[in-house]
Amino acid sequence: MNFIALKMLIGDRAKYLGIIMGLMFASLLITQQSAIFLGLMTRTFGFLTDTTLPDIWVMDPKVQYIDDLKPLKETEVLRVRSVEGVAWAVPMYKGLLKARLPNGTFQTCNVVGLDDETLIGGPPQMLQGQLSDLRRSDAIIVDSFSVKDRLARVMPDGRREPLKIGDTMELNDHRAVVVGVCKVTRTFQSQPVIYTTYSRATIFAPRERKLMTFVLVKAKPGQDTHILCHRIRQVTGLAAYTRDEFKKLTVRYFMKYTGIPINFGVTVVLGFIVGVAIAGQTFYNFTLDNIRYFGTLKAMGASDVTLLRMILLQAAMVGSIGYGLGVGAASVFGTLSGSTELSFRFPWQLLSASATAVTLICAASAVLSMWKVIRLEPAIVFKS
Amino acid sequence: MNNIAVRCKGVTKTYGSGETKVRALRGIDLEVKTGEMMMLVGPSGSGKTTLISIVAGVLERDEGECMVFGHDFKHMSHREKARFRGQNIGFVFQLFNLIPTLSAAENVAAPLLINGVKRRNALERAREILNLVGIGDRTHSLPSELSGGQQQRVAIARAMVHNPKFIVCDEPTSALDHETGHKVLELLHEVVVGVDRALVVVTHDSRIFEFANRIAKMDDGHIISVSDSRDFRLNEKLN
Repeated sequence: MNFIALKMLIGDRAKYLGIIMGLMFASLLITQQSAIFLGLMTRTFGFLTDTTLPDIWVMDPKVQYIDDLKPLKETEVLRVRSVEGVAWAVPMYKGLLKARLPNGTFQTCNVVGLDDETLIGGPPQMLQGQLSDLRRSDAIIVDSFSVKDRLARVMPDGRREPLKIGDTMELNDHRAVVVGVCKVTRTFQSQPVIYTTYSRATIFAPRERKLMTFVLVKAKPGQDTHILCHRIRQVTGLAAYTRDEFKKLTVRYFMKYTGIPINFGVTVVLGFIVGVAIAGQTFYNFTLDNIRYFGTLKAMGASDVTLLRMILLQAAMVGSIGYGLGVGAASVFGTLSGSTELSFRFPWQLLSASATAVTLICAASAVLSMWKVIRLEPAIVFKS
Repeated sequence: MNNIAVRCKGVTKTYGSGETKVRALRGIDLEVKTGEMMMLVGPSGSGKTTLISIVAGVLERDEGECMVFGHDFKHMSHREKARFRGQNIGFVFQLFNLIPTLSAAENVAAPLLINGVKRRNALERAREILNLVGIGDRTHSLPSELSGGQQQRVAIARAMVHNPKFIVCDEPTSALDHETGHKVLELLHEVVVGVDRALVVVTHDSRIFEFANRIAKMDDGHIISVSDSRDFRLNEKLN
């Protein structure tokens, strides 16, 4: 009977393609929009993703997310070092400073100041130069996206020439020399990222009483990081989070205080509704159009269970194909947009979630059709 | 030996309730013998289709008794009824009811597939039967590629492919021209009626009465007469 079910489905080409297209678009919309949303959310903690060495981030208790900069006194690093279970603790500066480009334009940059001695918290991958080159005079390392784009030199003929090692710029009226190019994870703010030493960053930054943004902490071997966080909070009165906790704090802030989840959520829900409306309706219409034939099969001895299995098979068939095409199209979109500013993240959990959504759409359509077939009186076959 | 295929006694059926109540059958007594073709005739609304629906087990009766080869549908579950129909009853419909996306052979194979026969064997048997009804060269054709007569032949092949004991036909010639209708009835008579098989045909078409063994005339939910085909036609002429 599976054979009859599939031939009934595929034989009606227009409806078959209509159902598949509906499910494909639903799957595409749900997957692609969710992937962009996940990409954006991942970017919010991109800086944390890149900074893997420290176990714990210590900051002002009022900090709500990674770019919420509330400076601390530099003496706090000494207090943190004194907490039992801390292997080492180093200061980090993070701030937005204006860079003056050779053509006279200004660009706000995300400047990260690393501990002068250890350079802990540096970029995950150096493309040109070395991290230790930061110890040279006025040295900075610039991210690879910005050297070709926002920090690129605009030539008199309008051509953009990438920033290269040896080039200079002004950071808040201070001379800075590019000594390296690094690769970083794109962040939500998308400003150029510039690494330098902590002491130099505090020179670049406007004078303030407090300048240190974070204390990066490594726990001693065998030390539970959650317990250590709790201890640091108790001893210093500062906030202390593990990397994962800080990521969650950041995501929670964006989820709660920005319209991003609502905007994307609406599109995802729309995708679901489009799926139910188009695919569900077309599938139900397909069943209605075939109701006489289902009745005929019922009269000829097909049990309700057999007919329900036929409908489920039909729903599973269109669901699988529609989902596959939709997810495939979303993957192509993701691949093509990989080298652009667009964020796109496609974890297996998202594939499972969109598969669940498409399954729900198919199940809803199938249930309506099954209800119709179960209630079908086989005597319908004698009505002309 | 009991040669009764269908025995109905006092069968009633009412549709709706209150002011919209329609009494379709008002106490039907009917016997169909094995090896005979019985025709049910009568004006529209006389209860013919309701009667064959009950006899074929696709509609519940309200009262009375109705046994098909000694089995009463009333005492069967839905599943048992479906199985009984699948194994023992063949259907020929007015509008053929061939599934438009299946080929002729696949349509004919459907009852076998319902009964759990493997697809390959079912299609092989379907092709044999299509040969028997004279359209062995159209096994791969879709219903839309066949003429009305050919479609009805496919429907007849489908009704007999699983070798049922009892076949019900609802207006099998109404969608066909006279000559094709005649050929279809000849075919039905030739290949279907056997000593252990019974056929009930609902029809308005007086031109095919000659094929019946007996004809039951219905009116207003009653069977008003049952007579031999020859007597019936004679009476009709005299009236």
